[in-house]
Amino acid sequence: MKFTPLIGLEVHVELETKSKMFCSCPADHFGKEPNTQTCPVCLGLPGALPVPNQKAIESCMKIGLALNCHVNSQSKFDRKQYFYPDLAKGYQISQYDEPFCSNGHITLDSGKKIGVERVHMEEDTGKLQHVVLDGKKVSLVDYNRSGVPLVEIVSRPDMSSSAEAKEYLKKIHDIVRAISVSSADMEKGQMRLEPTVNVCLESEQGLRYTPLAEVKNINSFNYAVQAIDYEVSRQIKEFESTGQEKTETNKTTRGYDSVKKITFLQRTKEEAKDYRYFPEPDIPPFIIENELIEKLQREIPELPEQIISNLIKLGIEPKYAKIIYANPESLEVVKRYQEDTEVDIAKLASLIANKKINISGDVKKEYQKLNKTGNTNVEELRVVIEKIVNDNPKLVADYKAGKTNLSGFFVGQAIKETKGKADPKTLNKLVVEFLRK
Amino acid sequence: MKQLHELTIKEVLDGYQNNDFTCVDIVKHFQSRIEKFNPKLNVYLAQNKNVLKEAQEIDNEISEKGVTRPLLGIPLAVKDNFLTEGIVTTASSNILRGYDPQYQSTVVKKLKEAGAIILGKTNMDSFAHGSSTETSDFGSTLNPWNPEKLPGGSSGGSAAAIAAQLATVAIGSETAGSIRQPSAWCGITGFKPTYGRVSRYGVIAMGSSLDSPGPMGRTVEDCAIVAEVISGKDDKDATTSPAPVEKYTDSLCSPDLRGVRIGIVKEYLLPEMSDDVKNLVLNAANQLRLLGATVDEVSLMDPRYSIGVYTVIQRSEVSSNLARFDGVRFGESRDTLCEETKRRIMLGTYTLSAGYYDAFYKKAQAVRTKIVNEFDEIFKTYDAVIGAVSPGPARSVGATKNQPMFGEMEDVLVEPSSIAGLTSVSLPCGFVDGLPIGLQITSNQLKESTAIKIADSYQRHTNFHVFPNLEKTL
Repeated sequence: MKFTPLIGLEVHVELETKSKMFCSCPADHFGKEPNTQTCPVCLGLPGALPVPNQKAIESCMKIGLALNCHVNSQSKFDRKQYFYPDLAKGYQISQYDEPFCSNGHITLDSGKKIGVERVHMEEDTGKLQHVVLDGKKVSLVDYNRSGVPLVEIVSRPDMSSSAEAKEYLKKIHDIVRAISVSSADMEKGQMRLEPTVNVCLESEQGLRYTPLAEVKNINSFNYAVQAIDYEVSRQIKEFESTGQEKTETNKTTRGYDSVKKITFLQRTKEEAKDYRYFPEPDIPPFIIENELIEKLQREIPELPEQIISNLIKLGIEPKYAKIIYANPESLEVVKRYQEDTEVDIAKLASLIANKKINISGDVKKEYQKLNKTGNTNVEELRVVIEKIVNDNPKLVADYKAGKTNLSGFFVGQAIKETKGKADPKTLNKLVVEFLRK
Repeated sequence: MKQLHELTIKEVLDGYQNNDFTCVDIVKHFQSRIEKFNPKLNVYLAQNKNVLKEAQEIDNEISEKGVTRPLLGIPLAVKDNFLTEGIVTTASSNILRGYDPQYQSTVVKKLKEAGAIILGKTNMDSFAHGSSTETSDFGSTLNPWNPEKLPGGSSGGSAAAIAAQLATVAIGSETAGSIRQPSAWCGITGFKPTYGRVSRYGVIAMGSSLDSPGPMGRTVEDCAIVAEVISGKDDKDATTSPAPVEKYTDSLCSPDLRGVRIGIVKEYLLPEMSDDVKNLVLNAANQLRLLGATVDEVSLMDPRYSIGVYTVIQRSEVSSNLARFDGVRFGESRDTLCEETKRRIMLGTYTLSAGYYDAFYKKAQAVRTKIVNEFDEIFKTYDAVIGAVSPGPARSVGATKNQPMFGEMEDVLVEPSSIAGLTSVSLPCGFVDGLPIGLQITSNQLKESTAIKIADSYQRHTNFHVFPNLEKTL
């Protein structure tokens, strides 16, 4: 039997706008005193109304554009109802059937395209803290995060290994950082991951699929990899013992335990919530003009993919191009010297990638020291070598008799003769040529 | 000479300007009337404890600078679903009993900036769920014309406050009929602006796509003055229109209505409506003709279709809007919600549920679009349409018992225009059995000036705009 995992990913990215999604409270909530950044709107007080943050919507569209999505000309917000203390209004303002962006893709290094189904805008929830206060177990709510702009990026189930999933996630991470809408700091929870996994089994009985499992709220790429790998083997094992195939109703939601490195069942479809989505009446629908889309497109800087491919075009090896891209300072140095005719940019990149050059020092000087390239004028060098060869007939004979390492002597003499200005590589080639005559 | 409670806004301002009386005088006068009549009528739920101090400050301002603000020292009654800093706000629901708002609603903020002085908060149907005030958790308001009758609702307290002359002017809110219907039943003038013309920020939400705050007063003129103050774009309400606010008071005192085209809606003369009511509407049409307007019979969709549309959309929004009253962060626990509110939450939850959404909510929105288009079409030819506000005069106390669709049946004639977000004035057009009957004059979105011009002209040429003598009626 042949197994192919089918992996889809939902990625949540918190935007770093100045204010929250629907009110003017600051959006930067990390490490702030609980409930100090709230107002009637994000506390869901009676009579309060949401007013959408234009900047956040534009950032959402930029993410969509960077992921090759179509920005829809018509869009709206919807209310997603669920009753939980982290949600002050009893519903989350999200987007249901008319997201800002849809139908994009990300290309993996292998050339495989991973579909991006949609990129939509919503608001983050408050944070629950379960603590012991005065000997009592209590749950506290901090609404500082309530209403912070959150973009959800939903992929198609196009990934077939945890490695592909990881590459996809890293690319998203790089992109949102490159377009400066979020630092996507995983440790601060600015980027959260939810893989949905099942397995396609191919045998003489045809194609069969295991039930879908969605793994909630993972905050590291490695945990995502572990959760996916665990799910794939768990599902295969379970299929082997139960034969249970995917149906319309047997999707489950699972949690991930990063200590035990396992996933665990949270709820089955029967317990699944009916969110009772309906159009948010407090926010009029949006008509998105082409001018805005064009303006946003112009504002998007060169993306990681393009930068790396441009480096490769300069002659830099792909593995070094990635290392150079990963460090903004290195990239800056390479960009500085790419037009310099005295510098072989591929060589410089390799030296930087291998940490042979201190990029905060005098890069060019270090480069020249490490990479002496001298006179490569073949005619001039031929004259020098010819003289040495003629002066040492015995050694030439010895070379021809088999002592091939003697070539080093001739090269050394030539370097001496040219006061070190000759290019060793060229010299080497010419010396061998002469000796073999 | 008129007594202080009988004055219009302009008359109060003139009195201040001429030093005929002070703001403290008029506030004290209303306080004594409230003390006398409120226990019988149950109009006010809460009174402003600082009102005399505020009145004194206004008097100081008048003596220093004169009357420079449009509503300076105007005694005002505010429906209890508007958040008022410093005055308890409950929306007549036990779940908010004692709730002290943390912020000011935009409408109240604007009124205070214009100098108005809040006397107190008026009774309403609980969360505005009703057309009678009988769903209020704090008892029903009674109709000043006859205490055995209901004042209508949901802004029944504000309507009764004007009819009983317990305030100069009042603020109400309408989702579908909640300004116009109690205005009709209490024989006063009520003005529903276009949806999005007046900010909903700080108004406890009922049906968010319909809620329209507006003034209720003695005259069209008073309503126009207040509407000018409270209208306009609000950065805190994304549904408010950016269109500039017209100077509504410029439309007052039109010498005639020549060139104005009015449609009288055939379908709004309901079969179950008494001939008395029908005749009053037809008389009104004649009066408008006498003023120079052309009045033609026009046809619109049977208004009873609106009941279904309105019920589904409004209940759906209610079920979502009331989720924040979780019984944890403010107010009382959720079992204090009244029967009608629970019923609406249940119905709205059902209509939004998976498998039912398409059949109910989506269908209702489709018909809503049809209604909007139909009005659009008629307003290509006509400046306004007219009809009765309510099928009959005020119903008796207790009429809502075991009638969960009471409001929808009573509001059948105002629901279409609410669904389409139009502007409309309700004003008296006569009496049946000693009770006032209301006429509605409805214009297209943002055509407030048109409806005001017609209503004002009609009002100045008719004599139905009178008030009950409480010494006799109570």
